[in-house]
Amino acid sequence: MKYIDEYRDGRVAKDIARQIMAAADPARSYHFMEFCGGHTHAISRYGLEDLLPPNVRMIHGPGCPVCVLPIGRIDAAIALAMRPEITLCTYGDLMRVPGSNGSSLLKAKAAGADIRMVYSTLDALKIAEAEPEREVVFFAIGFETTTPPTALALRFAIQKGLKNFSIFCNHVLTPAAIQNILESPDVRKLGTVKIDGFIGPAHVSTVIGTEPYEFFAEEFQKPVVVAGFEPLDVIQAILMLVHQVNDGRHEVENQYIRAVTTFGNEKAQAEVANFFELRESFEWRGLGEVPYGALRLRPEFADYDAEKRFAMLTPASKDNPACDCGAILRGVKKPADCKLFGTVCTPDNPMGSCMVSSEGACAAHWTYGRFREHARTGEQARTVEAGKAVA
Amino acid sequence: MNVMTKPYKRKLDVRNGLVDLSHGAGGRAMGLLIESIFHKAFDNEWLRAGNDQSAFAVEAGRMVMTTDGYVVSPLFFPGGNIGTLAVHGTINDIAMAGARPLYLSASFIIEEGFPLADLNRIAESMGEASREAGVPIITGDTKVVERGKADGVFISTAGVGVVPAGLDLRSDAARPGDAVIVSGSIGDHGVAVMSKRENLEFDTDILSDSAALHGLVATMVVAGGEHIRLMRDPTRGGIAATLNEIASQSGVGFRIDEEAIPLKPEVAAACEFLGLDPLNVANEGKLVAIVAPEGADAILAAMQAHPLGGEAALIGHAVEDANGFVQMTTSFGGGRIVDWLSGEQLPRIC
Amino acid sequence: MCLAIPVQVKEVLPDNMAKVTLDGVSKIISTALVDDVKPGDYLVLHVGYALAKIDPEEAERTLELLRQAALGDAA
Repeated sequence: MKYIDEYRDGRVAKDIARQIMAAADPARSYHFMEFCGGHTHAISRYGLEDLLPPNVRMIHGPGCPVCVLPIGRIDAAIALAMRPEITLCTYGDLMRVPGSNGSSLLKAKAAGADIRMVYSTLDALKIAEAEPEREVVFFAIGFETTTPPTALALRFAIQKGLKNFSIFCNHVLTPAAIQNILESPDVRKLGTVKIDGFIGPAHVSTVIGTEPYEFFAEEFQKPVVVAGFEPLDVIQAILMLVHQVNDGRHEVENQYIRAVTTFGNEKAQAEVANFFELRESFEWRGLGEVPYGALRLRPEFADYDAEKRFAMLTPASKDNPACDCGAILRGVKKPADCKLFGTVCTPDNPMGSCMVSSEGACAAHWTYGRFREHARTGEQARTVEAGKAVA
Repeated sequence: MNVMTKPYKRKLDVRNGLVDLSHGAGGRAMGLLIESIFHKAFDNEWLRAGNDQSAFAVEAGRMVMTTDGYVVSPLFFPGGNIGTLAVHGTINDIAMAGARPLYLSASFIIEEGFPLADLNRIAESMGEASREAGVPIITGDTKVVERGKADGVFISTAGVGVVPAGLDLRSDAARPGDAVIVSGSIGDHGVAVMSKRENLEFDTDILSDSAALHGLVATMVVAGGEHIRLMRDPTRGGIAATLNEIASQSGVGFRIDEEAIPLKPEVAAACEFLGLDPLNVANEGKLVAIVAPEGADAILAAMQAHPLGGEAALIGHAVEDANGFVQMTTSFGGGRIVDWLSGEQLPRIC
Repeated sequence: MCLAIPVQVKEVLPDNMAKVTLDGVSKIISTALVDDVKPGDYLVLHVGYALAKIDPEEAERTLELLRQAALGDAA
């Protein structure tokens, strides 16, 4: 596959890994946060951390729109879908996300709700056109990558004169999330979490460009390297970050030059600005209320705003008090630190946002990283035993 | 004048007719349906005898019996349909025991309103599959349920077979050091079916790999039956589910090599489109064999020489692992766990 | 962020649509967010919409940097 396979070449990876090993100062450690859930997935799926020296570690950030969607929004969507006239269209990612009381869209579908999984907003529009007697609602989630497709769906709906199409908007913004993490007391003041730099999201950046990250690099003195989606992209970005840290630089660098420019896709940005405005505040699961971190439809498009059209109420919801997601999303704790991890909280029965989607930090660790813990624990145990034998 | 005219024999309107409740009511209409469609398609001496049950001589030795329900949607997909799946799938379950399949039964639960033309198509392809495999469908049943109570048609097939002497494949038989062999490329069936699912449509030439594997198994048994620990066909859940199941039942772990796993480029591409992992995607014409190391070479060679095993490959080994992890060395050089998904893998955007 | 794949334009269709392909698998998608799409172009595809064109020169430059890293390491 062109533009995919070349960037997955394991032999080149080993060479870059050696360069990282050579460049990394053994007297210190490097902690880089990959913000984007897709990067978390790539790192886990390719076992990338195995190629890094022990003093270069990745912290998994909150860039997973499924993970940060509050339970209350799922509950609201389920309640809407249970209305007989509603056809709720959703991306596959949301089907199994648990709402309150063990509910989910998948279970609601089994109970008779007309919920349809789609690949694209284009499919939802097709359904609205083909079934004019149904009220078709699209459950919109995602960061800046996924927002332009929702904006265009609205444009097409208006062009086609559709009267039965609306959006349940849960789009969120990347810079706001990064700011939230960097400003959290753990990171900014207490220095509990040492984040030495960020791997910037790949496809969010094709839309917003690299320019928005300049502020963070400047204000928080942290380097940002925007990386492509393939494992060679990520490992090259890590090398670039190590160099920046060593040089004492905090610049925005672009590794994903084949798809990302400084100002991004201005056409897409314009479409989004046309249809959406900022919410003053929006609750993010695990991070609490984030100011100006989410979007809603502009008032002139109220007819297409499902929340207004169907008077939707978002119930308040609380995460399990023992759930450490908030700390994990900020990189303060690791999945294994959470009391619920692996016991009550598993991918089958996720308690919090980090376990909910396959790229949340806890889910990624469960699926791909657990065996390393066991291996390490095994080694430690053997070392202890060996030590005992000698003593 | 009182002339006894021959009663008019109604013919089934296969081309344009629909299944209705009378076809399941046990009367003349049902008899007509069974004869015109099923007996015609499956034709053999047992069905011609017209009994509710069919008798056959029992061979000496151990027999296996298996049953499966088929509810695939869509009913027709590139490379097959619910009927061919029903024949191949049950033959394969018998073959996974190393057994020679002898006979099949087929039960149909049909939704009122189902087009007879579609039912006929399904039956004809079942007949063809059965004849090609040399395993006749010797008995069956037909029921019709109200509109909305079945997704077009549900099929249940059962089968019996006989195990060659000396062969005792068991799910807990895998041992550390055993070789893991897969008979060909993975993910073909799942991708072929998904390509026809509403709201996910994409164009591809990928065909389902649905096939009867008993011929392939027979050559494997000849090449080294005594070395085969167990075999399993990785249907729902893909080879990830199969390896995790075996790991759990046998109390071992597995280490496999991503580079060694046969994967068609188009299947890889389709999985990229939808965000799926081929390891989790269903197969309907492949098998996974756990083989003692001393028998691996001979069995692999025998598989590769068979038309259904041309791409067979040794993909890894069983290891000691109290946790039963299935670990894979990725094409990138790192390691990851191949996990056991709790539900069907769904396409993702993130 | 978010799953996107590089696909090649096989055919430009009316209304800002295109038929794109990845290794023999093809789909019809929207190119409304990208200007001047021609057959043979490579696009970044996300949930049925092209978000950007892949710049072949920059792609080659990245690969060169990656390969050079390998060579430099051997030196």
